[in-house]
Amino acid sequence: MSAGIEDAGMPGTGVRRRHLLFGGAAAGLGALAAAGAQLAGSGTQTATSTTALDANGSETIPFHGARQAGVDTGAQAHGVFIALDLRPGTTPQRVGALLKLLSDDAANLTQGKAALADTEGELALRPARLTVTFGFGPAVLDLVAPTLRPSWLGDLPAFSVDRLVPEFGGGDLLLQICADDPLTVAHAQRMLLKDSRSFASLRWVQNGFRRAYGTEKPGTTMRNLFGQVDGTTNPSAGTPVFERVVYGDEQVPAWTENGTSIVIRRISMNLDKWDALDRSGREESVGRKLSNGAPPTGESEHDEPDFRALNPVGFPVIADFAHLRRARPEDETQRIFRRAFNYDAAPAAGVVSDSGLIFVSYQADVERQFVPIQRRLDELDLLNEWTTPVGSAVFVIPPGCEPGGFIGEQLFS
Amino acid sequence: MSKKTLYPVFPVLAAAALALAGCAQGGSPASNSSTSATQNATPLTVSEPWVKTADTGMSAAFGTIRNATDEEVTIVGVSTPASPMVELHETVMGANGTMQMQAKQGGFVIPAHGELALAPGGDHIMLMGLAKPILAGDEVSFELKTSDGGTVDFTAQGKDFAGANENYMPGEGATSVGPGHGSMMHGHSGSASPEPSK
Repeated sequence: MSAGIEDAGMPGTGVRRRHLLFGGAAAGLGALAAAGAQLAGSGTQTATSTTALDANGSETIPFHGARQAGVDTGAQAHGVFIALDLRPGTTPQRVGALLKLLSDDAANLTQGKAALADTEGELALRPARLTVTFGFGPAVLDLVAPTLRPSWLGDLPAFSVDRLVPEFGGGDLLLQICADDPLTVAHAQRMLLKDSRSFASLRWVQNGFRRAYGTEKPGTTMRNLFGQVDGTTNPSAGTPVFERVVYGDEQVPAWTENGTSIVIRRISMNLDKWDALDRSGREESVGRKLSNGAPPTGESEHDEPDFRALNPVGFPVIADFAHLRRARPEDETQRIFRRAFNYDAAPAAGVVSDSGLIFVSYQADVERQFVPIQRRLDELDLLNEWTTPVGSAVFVIPPGCEPGGFIGEQLFS
Repeated sequence: MSKKTLYPVFPVLAAAALALAGCAQGGSPASNSSTSATQNATPLTVSEPWVKTADTGMSAAFGTIRNATDEEVTIVGVSTPASPMVELHETVMGANGTMQMQAKQGGFVIPAHGELALAPGGDHIMLMGLAKPILAGDEVSFELKTSDGGTVDFTAQGKDFAGANENYMPGEGATSVGPGHGSMMHGHSGSASPEPSK
């Protein structure tokens, strides 16, 4: 794919540049695709050139399986998190009907097909790695399968740094919709909400983004709006550590087989205050270099930090208050898998930004994995000077389903 | 001429509908129904069936009817427990230029190895008087009758849908197709206005 782009886009002779101009204007395609066609000696586009440039649009992530997609899926460029509240008096049977409808929609949309009764079905034809992941809040478990409700499903313990607003907290049902294309996300969101609204009301919506598809190599650790490399120590999907952290083991089991949990924290980042901090202060607060995320005791991003290293005057190179040191557990069971997105909302009057991070973590057990880390950060983390949690929600992520089934069916058996 | 084909009953359950919905676009008829997978010739199947939700009055059901046989098949009737009166309808332009629904004379003809899409604004199954509300996610069973006495069963999923509001012309006096009187549809309920752009 990248090879195709390079071939077509190589700046070279005037002939090629002219083709770029004419091709781009005439075909209405990407100029590079048109140029590729010209180089291939044809006035019409070639299959290879268009394939190279629009290939990601037709990429699909399987919906069906033992586990839900959207957790171990490489993070897409766009993500929206939607919390719904069931209407009062909703019966378990109606919850089942809702989940069947939404699972059906998700099964179609993620595979690039129009949903049933989809009035804008053409928008579904470019799935761009769309995933739809469902989560359940306490109300769904209490209604349908109270014995399966884990003790930690509900509000997190209060943390002193929290300044939570109800507009971004709680919820009965979570829809996590991610894709590499924002139009795809918007269409899926609209379709799922259309099919939800006679069962549930909208509680909150959080839109997030990362780098656009193709801007960086897949797997590159994301940067947040502080410019920091964010998530270096995340376990990699497919590894034993990921498996244990997200889906549990005998020591820290998940609430149900092939299930996990999600913590969504809206972290407001005070960019104006951050502006006042010089580069060395910024690096010291987190304990990583801004250039590439390397620890100050190393050269490259994934170098293991040396927490015992001292500077010439005898202080730790990685400060006691550094986010890196505080977030890192001494107990290996206290680990989480992060899959965050940035947000950049419309600012209130008088300020120029309302930005931050939709912190998203998956873990088998919220109480034993997420909470200890957050307690340590609550006690001491210099980064708290510039960050404020304003939203908080916890959901269980139920297992996946096979064709003909629906997400959450295990709760009804 | 006089040969009679008996069409077996194919229950396309809602669960199966979920599965075969994935075959909707460009899917081959052979792969459409899990219930008929063991048979070589699937005479008639209905895929992606859905029915518009409504509290009272009228509603309509949609889907794609596929004919895998070498013979043309004509559907002459339909029944459902959801409504004592059900008709096969088409949508045509009326004398005043607006789109209107009316009973399809001669029934729905499905060409050999062809299909008929029942869709809002086109051919559809009309429920004339709901026995009880159809809610989103409800599973509503239907039975199609073919001209030679065969039947095809399918189950449609209730879907909230704001469209499909063409006028109904039973002869005189237009009636709006039950957009429902539920809270969902308050923006449309009672309006007898035709779709402006069709």
